[in-house]
Amino acid sequence: MISGNCVEILRAFDIEPAFPEVNALQLAIRKQSLPLILKAEEMGYSSDNCAYVKADAGFTFGEGAPGVGKIPKPSLIVCNFVGCNVYIKWFEHCAEFLNVPLTMLDVPFVRGDRPTDGDVRYVVAQLKKLISDCEKLTGKKFDIDRLREICRLSAKAEDGWQRCKDLCKNTPAPMDAYFDAINLMGPINVLRGTQDAVDFFDVAVKEYEGLVKDKKGPIPQEKFRMVVEGPPPYPFYRQFRDLFASWGAVAVQSTYSTVGGIWEFGFRHDPKNPLESIAQQMLMENLCNRSLLDRYKQIRRYVEDWKADALVIHSVKSCRLFSAGQGDMRDYFANELGVPTLLVESDLEDPRYYAQAMMKNRIDAFFESLEHRRLMRRA
Amino acid sequence: METSPAVEQARAVLAAGLAPALKRSDAPAFGCFPVYSPFELYRAAGLLPVGLMGAGGTVDIVHADARFQSFVCSIAKSSLELGLQKRLAGMEGEVFHSICDFARNLASVFRRNFPTMHIEYIHLPQNAPGPEIEDYLVSEFRRVMAGLEQRLGRRVEDAAVGAAIREYNRPRRLMRELYAMRAKEPERISSSELFPLVRCGTLLPPDEHARILEAAKGEFAARKARRMDRVKVVVEGAFCELPPQGLIETLEGAGCYLVDDDFCAGWRWFSTDVPEGPDPVRQLARAWLERGRATSTRYNPDKPRHKDLVRRVREHGAQAVLFMPAKFCEPALFDYVVYRRELEKENIPHLLVEFEEKMWTFERTRGEVETFVESLLFDVRMGIGMGGTGWGTHSGTWTSGDTGWRNTELQCTRPRARRCRTGTTGSPRRRRAAPRPPTS
Repeated sequence: MISGNCVEILRAFDIEPAFPEVNALQLAIRKQSLPLILKAEEMGYSSDNCAYVKADAGFTFGEGAPGVGKIPKPSLIVCNFVGCNVYIKWFEHCAEFLNVPLTMLDVPFVRGDRPTDGDVRYVVAQLKKLISDCEKLTGKKFDIDRLREICRLSAKAEDGWQRCKDLCKNTPAPMDAYFDAINLMGPINVLRGTQDAVDFFDVAVKEYEGLVKDKKGPIPQEKFRMVVEGPPPYPFYRQFRDLFASWGAVAVQSTYSTVGGIWEFGFRHDPKNPLESIAQQMLMENLCNRSLLDRYKQIRRYVEDWKADALVIHSVKSCRLFSAGQGDMRDYFANELGVPTLLVESDLEDPRYYAQAMMKNRIDAFFESLEHRRLMRRA
Repeated sequence: METSPAVEQARAVLAAGLAPALKRSDAPAFGCFPVYSPFELYRAAGLLPVGLMGAGGTVDIVHADARFQSFVCSIAKSSLELGLQKRLAGMEGEVFHSICDFARNLASVFRRNFPTMHIEYIHLPQNAPGPEIEDYLVSEFRRVMAGLEQRLGRRVEDAAVGAAIREYNRPRRLMRELYAMRAKEPERISSSELFPLVRCGTLLPPDEHARILEAAKGEFAARKARRMDRVKVVVEGAFCELPPQGLIETLEGAGCYLVDDDFCAGWRWFSTDVPEGPDPVRQLARAWLERGRATSTRYNPDKPRHKDLVRRVREHGAQAVLFMPAKFCEPALFDYVVYRRELEKENIPHLLVEFEEKMWTFERTRGEVETFVESLLFDVRMGIGMGGTGWGTHSGTWTSGDTGWRNTELQCTRPRARRCRTGTTGSPRRRRAAPRPPTS
């Protein structure tokens, strides 16, 4: 299944979820993605197809990866896509190549300010069908009280997530809300609905509160506060982070960390209405199922409320959901709102699209000009 | 082959482009991005649905490159460019659909850059037909109607939707008839004629389109034509961005009879007429679910696309598939993996030819398709089985260059057809008697 939404239902049946996109990013960060991407291209995938899919296809439909092993054949494939059309293809391919039944959850993209009543009814009906599929698969009867308890645990972890993000409104921010928040995406998306996730965020909040009290951040001196849009280049995660750290730039908010749910504006899973709140979260309370213009609003709120100096857009070729139209985003923030904006390009999975020297040039030039502007203002 | 006045008329409509539709006084134009759109709803609102399907080679991309990156398909950029160059002035609005991530984000970019236009986005469902999905689609169509009512300040009546269904059934029926005629007697109606005949319907009211199609049907029926020594192929993958006319002519010139294709798929979506019964909005929704095409932008487990492609190949007696995705078209490129697997299982030869709407040189495509066709015809003559035994697989990939198009790579993923006779891709035991070679 896809991480970030409706995992609560599968947990209610004690089904162990596995997430293909998490496999893909793990392979990228371990620098193992390229041979698998090439293997997928031999199968017929195009060089222009999403490399997340290709790395996972090379891994899952092939013999796995050295040191990682092979993913066991799943009992059920749930395509709980929100927004990204590529997931439909990806999970169709998984079902076709692995010969496993596929349950498709069709979540209408948000077209207006909020989902329509018809959208909510449609998604709830499909969640009920998923419950029935899980009952057949496991032989267990659905227990609504169990789901309520799982939603309660989800909501507690979501509280912790919001607190961590809120603490970044402080100067200096206690964590980098892009690079460190990506680490926090593990527990919020993969462990959500468990006591482990709640415990994790209890520890994280305590630690970050301590750092705020001591006025400490992830780097010795916070010079620039930035909002980052787009996924990171996982094969060069550390190098990419260092390019910003060397300028004293810290992310105080990021959009990518909200792909599995936007918790910082107050939405929570509701134990009283578990199915409706799961449907609501899939429809509206995540980044991917909202329009590009909704994303502009989200970023604008981040820039204003988290007092950011700049917006950095990392455009990745693989993920068109994120990247298609980011030139327009740059135009809006730089020219209409006057927010200094940098747009750089590479990929989240395919190392062939990352050029360290070019990336360094662009980032150095951007922060140099920000620094110059700051000096001129002081003068 | 004698010239068809109806085809000339269709070509004249295409040459004039969107401009005449934008100047019409009887009905404001309403742009429809591919693939399918419920045209009847806009027609019922007193609008003229027109296809916003890119600009081919007619526009230089000056502004859109700053909005969309280099890896975005041409149709998205050229459609936006038309707007940014103010060539869509007079368009009442524009509708996009849940076909891919580009189209979805393009809707937002249109909304921000053209605030006076009515921008609509329709989520077409991705699942098997059923009562819940039908209710959802009806609610979605009604939402679209309500948006138009608010914009135009007038009611969009169900009866008017019913009338529009009747109007659009006519050209759709005629297009089905012309496609059936071409599949049966491809020598009588060429694809380079059928393509403009179908495409001009994206710029005309349905009755005007039907008149052209009706005239063409009469002309083709009266035509005397002789079957050529060519290979019958099904073209798949060009359901959104359209290939240039020159590419279709190249395919035919290289020795192909196109017996089925998915050009302008959304404008000829239904396998039958849309039923004209009570509750026309529901009829339209049900028809979309149950009588729609199997295409890459729709997931329907009841009608797997790769199985449907094989069915169409068999039904039309085609000898090969030309898989023709537009450059950067994610739905088509992803489907190629599954199509290819299925075609190889069924021993159906196929060739991959990527295209772009602004492509302008065709020599290399011609060379490659000719080679493909010749190897297939050679096998026919040498007695290697048609219709599913002993055929090799040809796969070529094309990438764009700065100075037009060039073939940078030719991949033969399986031994070529000649080698197949040694049994590398097909078992000799399964071969059957050679068919009679086509007579020229």
